[in-house]
Amino acid sequence: MYLHLAHLGVLLALLSAVAPLPVRHVNVGVRLAFTLLGLSGLTSAYAGGVGMLSGASLHVVLPIGLPWLHSHQHLDPLAGLFLLLVGGVSAVVSLYGPSYVISSGTDSASARALAIFTGLFVAGMYLVILAADAFSFMVAWELMSVASYFLVAHDHAQKKNTDAAFLYLLMAQAGGLFILLGFGVLAGIGDGFTFSAMQSASLAPHWEHIAFGLAFIGFGMKAGIVPLHVWLPQAHPAAPSHISALMSGVMLKVAVYGFIRFCYDLVGTLHWQWGMIVLLVGCASALLGVLYALMQHDLKQLLAYSSIENIGIIFMGLGLSFLFASSGVPTLAALGLLAALYHCINHALFKSLLFLGAGAVIQQSGRHDLNHMGGLLRLMPITGGCFLVGCISISALPPFNGFVSEWLIFQTALQGAELESGVIKSLVAVAAAALALTGALVAACFVKVFGIAFLGKARTEDMLRSHEVSAGMKWSQALLALGCLLLGIFPTFIVKSMQTIPIALLGSGLDSMGANTWLRLTPISIRASSYGAPMVLFGICIAWLGAYILLHPRRRKTKVRFSPAWDCGFGPLGPRTQYTDSSFSQPIRRIFRPVWHIDERVEPPTPEARGGRYILHIGDWAWDKLYVPLGRVIQRSAKIASKIQGGNIRIYLAYSFFTIIVMLWIVT
Amino acid sequence: MNAWILALVQTTLLLLLAPLLSGWVKWVKCKLQSRRGPVPWQPYRDLAKLMRKEMVLAEHASPIFRATPYIVLSVTALASSVVPAFAIGLPTAAIADVIVMVGFFALARFFLSLAGMDIGTAFGGMGASREVTISSLAEPAMLLSIFTLSMTFDSTNLDSMVHFTLTQPFHIYPSFIFSGLSLLLIATAECGRIPIDNPATHLELTMMHEALILEYSGRHLALLELASMLKMLIFGVLITNLFVPWGIALAPGVASLAIGTLSMLVKLMLIGVVLAVSESVLAKMRLFRAPEFLSLAFVLSLLGMLSHVILEVH
Amino acid sequence: MDIVVFTLAEQLILTLAALMLFTSFLLLAQTRLLTLIHIFALQGGLLCVTTLVIAFTYGRHHLLISAALTLGLKVFFIPILLQRLVARLDIKREVEVVGNPTLIMLGAAALVLFSYYAVLPIRELSMLATRNTIAISLAIILLGMLLIISRRKAVVQVVGFMCMENGLLFAAVAATQGMPMVVEMGVALDVLVAAILFGIFFFQIRTEFGSLDVDKLNRLKEVD
Repeated sequence: MYLHLAHLGVLLALLSAVAPLPVRHVNVGVRLAFTLLGLSGLTSAYAGGVGMLSGASLHVVLPIGLPWLHSHQHLDPLAGLFLLLVGGVSAVVSLYGPSYVISSGTDSASARALAIFTGLFVAGMYLVILAADAFSFMVAWELMSVASYFLVAHDHAQKKNTDAAFLYLLMAQAGGLFILLGFGVLAGIGDGFTFSAMQSASLAPHWEHIAFGLAFIGFGMKAGIVPLHVWLPQAHPAAPSHISALMSGVMLKVAVYGFIRFCYDLVGTLHWQWGMIVLLVGCASALLGVLYALMQHDLKQLLAYSSIENIGIIFMGLGLSFLFASSGVPTLAALGLLAALYHCINHALFKSLLFLGAGAVIQQSGRHDLNHMGGLLRLMPITGGCFLVGCISISALPPFNGFVSEWLIFQTALQGAELESGVIKSLVAVAAAALALTGALVAACFVKVFGIAFLGKARTEDMLRSHEVSAGMKWSQALLALGCLLLGIFPTFIVKSMQTIPIALLGSGLDSMGANTWLRLTPISIRASSYGAPMVLFGICIAWLGAYILLHPRRRKTKVRFSPAWDCGFGPLGPRTQYTDSSFSQPIRRIFRPVWHIDERVEPPTPEARGGRYILHIGDWAWDKLYVPLGRVIQRSAKIASKIQGGNIRIYLAYSFFTIIVMLWIVT
Repeated sequence: MNAWILALVQTTLLLLLAPLLSGWVKWVKCKLQSRRGPVPWQPYRDLAKLMRKEMVLAEHASPIFRATPYIVLSVTALASSVVPAFAIGLPTAAIADVIVMVGFFALARFFLSLAGMDIGTAFGGMGASREVTISSLAEPAMLLSIFTLSMTFDSTNLDSMVHFTLTQPFHIYPSFIFSGLSLLLIATAECGRIPIDNPATHLELTMMHEALILEYSGRHLALLELASMLKMLIFGVLITNLFVPWGIALAPGVASLAIGTLSMLVKLMLIGVVLAVSESVLAKMRLFRAPEFLSLAFVLSLLGMLSHVILEVH
Repeated sequence: MDIVVFTLAEQLILTLAALMLFTSFLLLAQTRLLTLIHIFALQGGLLCVTTLVIAFTYGRHHLLISAALTLGLKVFFIPILLQRLVARLDIKREVEVVGNPTLIMLGAAALVLFSYYAVLPIRELSMLATRNTIAISLAIILLGMLLIISRRKAVVQVVGFMCMENGLLFAAVAATQGMPMVVEMGVALDVLVAAILFGIFFFQIRTEFGSLDVDKLNRLKEVD
């Protein structure tokens, strides 16, 4: 029954795509589209939530699709969680959307295009999650990719946006091909294209490895693991900010959903080699993602690289889960899976929050470069406050949600002592240390972002004409910030609700959950580790209150005097002496130098730039070492292949002639 | 209820002891360097003086600047209620394990760095930039040491760790030696002591922690100073009670608590002497030498983990 | 068997093994020649202490002679010889490392893990408490070899060679509680002779090529 509710959600999303077409007035059409999108989000979220909590799996066959393969649809706990995620975030984004789109002053044609493709994009994501056979899955996948291509290319007046969109489309198609081949392996060896047929098929180990490899590359390309990530930092900044929020917060999770569905559900057996590969690739993505994010000065590009880092963390959790599953410890495998899923939810919340905040800032100030921002907290206090919550959450600091999922992943890694192989144990410990490094670097990155954009003094005049955004944009950010806080304080409730997923996929949940109360999360046992999140918040508040009451000025009768900043007595220094983005990240740039392709030079003074000029360009090694040579190989082979196209009509006729002769010979 | 009151007593006691440890270290250093220094209880007088003074705030200071001292002190005080100081079995120990404690310090550092960038001076930015760099490099070593320890203890809960050592017969674990050394190095980095940062300097280009609190004055500065002294105390208590926990009270009872408090004081005095000696012998390293120091800590913790895997387990 | 079932003496041996591995890491990280020689002397000292502990724990009194030999040769004679060499040849005190130091350290850690993996089958055979130290000894040998590969100066290569020998002796002492006396004296003599020959050759190399940078030895190639 809730499956039908989910389908209603899909229909509402499709309706939001077509609804604004007949409406004459642009603003009314935009509002209508977003309202329908919001309703579809709420419906799907509700359906997904109930589906996840019920623990049962619903299945229906719709009479559309190919004649011999009707479209199978399902709603089981895993699909329910991701449906909840997609629906929830789309609902919040549709609260933000109307004011954002209207105040950005788009004309009616592009606003209509935006509405159509947003609706199709969201509907595609729902359909991917609900699909229960390979055909529906691929159709929905392609719908999602192509609709988002048009969204990325929305502002097509700028060439870099169209380039980014083209690269995105190319890589989405390549990834889709790998996924298709992966499904092909499963369907070919097995019995058919439906997921239930694939589940019951038993494959020889080397076919399982091949299927895993194809799925990993295909879904990984969409999720953005290193080195298949190059489209992300270009596509996400090019799209409008609420679309970037959807892409980064939600679409990447749909790719993770596909991967989890493929490995845990369709293939069934998890091998330790897969676990090592996924863990190491996740580790590399996390580290490289955050190191590249630290060097970015474009706000949205920085957030895009940070998404790569979070996807790396999710894959690390999944890798640990694979390792435990293959060692025959399903409770710990469940823990790893739960940690990864918790991080999926968290990332959806705080990344969307950050992108929505970034959109507000960029729209108000007209600048997207960090080095031109500053002092925005005073002018946009609500946006700034919510953005701060997003920064604290993504830096994995208590008592917000990012900390809970990282803590769970650390706990999973710690249980690596249960594994037998000493080599794997050591690698898991080193991977955990790398995760710690990543976490600290993320905090560094977001101190930089918040400190440069919102604190200090304005670095350009444009900042001063910013003002707080309208109600819809404020409320959407506040809701997401509240979500971050709630998921941080009540982790036990969330983990308990998600228990149905590992029970369905792995056969067991967490043993110790019975011992948990809402006060304390003890994933393994009370003796092993516990985190009392509500108590932490309570403790901080009590201590703060205590300090404040004891020391408040009214009781102390000491005055507060306002004066210009002391600054070691250096006198009237302007905003230009503040730390910029590249100066903040300079120590890290110097210590980790080989990681980036750095082109740094200082030019001597010229009449136009009397102080000289400092130029810093950071390039991606993956692009230079992997994709550019690949592009050259493709171009060269295309040139060789194009020799067939001689242009001479006699040659073409000769081709036909020889083909006829060969076919006659074969027939006889 | 009794246990909660004991936890409150522990927090208050640690808060009150923190300036004394800082003063003690300074006094021992002066004695070693043949100087006549301040009495060990001078920091109390300094804090009282700061509380009485007028507070000067920059005109464009944001709410974050004004809230940071309270946040930093509250979080550090919460961490002090979690660490096993003179007794184990307190209810606050179940709130947070050692990884959450690391998270607490990270939260305090986050807000302190933001406060540094708030006023918009170059010093604040410089302090923030250096602080986050050094702490990022210290994190993997710290976590790897904690992991090595928890692989033996089979727990990250501080109480369980101490309980394990107290109830088992004495063993020499090679991994503990390496992890302990590594944690000592990390603690000097985290608390901003020599050779990473000089707590006594006020030269612009040599400071990290001081650069962050440059714009603070009056009672805000008092709160921040107290918080950093408390942080040093917490690290001292943590390291001594993880590796040398004998003396700590296993169950609340007047006699055992008294012994526990006394043993904690003695251990803190000793570790204060160790710190004073190391600060007199070593010199502050320049900033880009700090990664070498921290990678030494990482190699030590890596060796600790490898010794555990290779030597200690079948 | 976990470490908790071992006696205190056996735990001490394991600790000494770990400390010897630590000195190997320190050698890889060091860039100063004199400090290198001192750390090498320290490693010899640790080896001597291990031999003494095993001699007293298991009652192998012939190991006392071996300990004395180690002390004499590895802690005093060879380091002093190398120090005199460094002074007389008047070579630069700083030794540059070929390749990225961070990568070398990570490679060293990977080698330790690899040697653990390589000796897993052998561990099953021995019933002694100290069988875990075979992996450490192999690691010390491999790290000594890494030291030889990653440095340019010839003196460092001697130190690396000696470290390899330390590792071998450690394996002999800890895992099998000593070798027949004849073998040990033979090995000790070999090491002594090697050290003296190195010293003589260094003078020749120095006179011939003007420096002790082993990369310059490629001039000996016949083919261009």
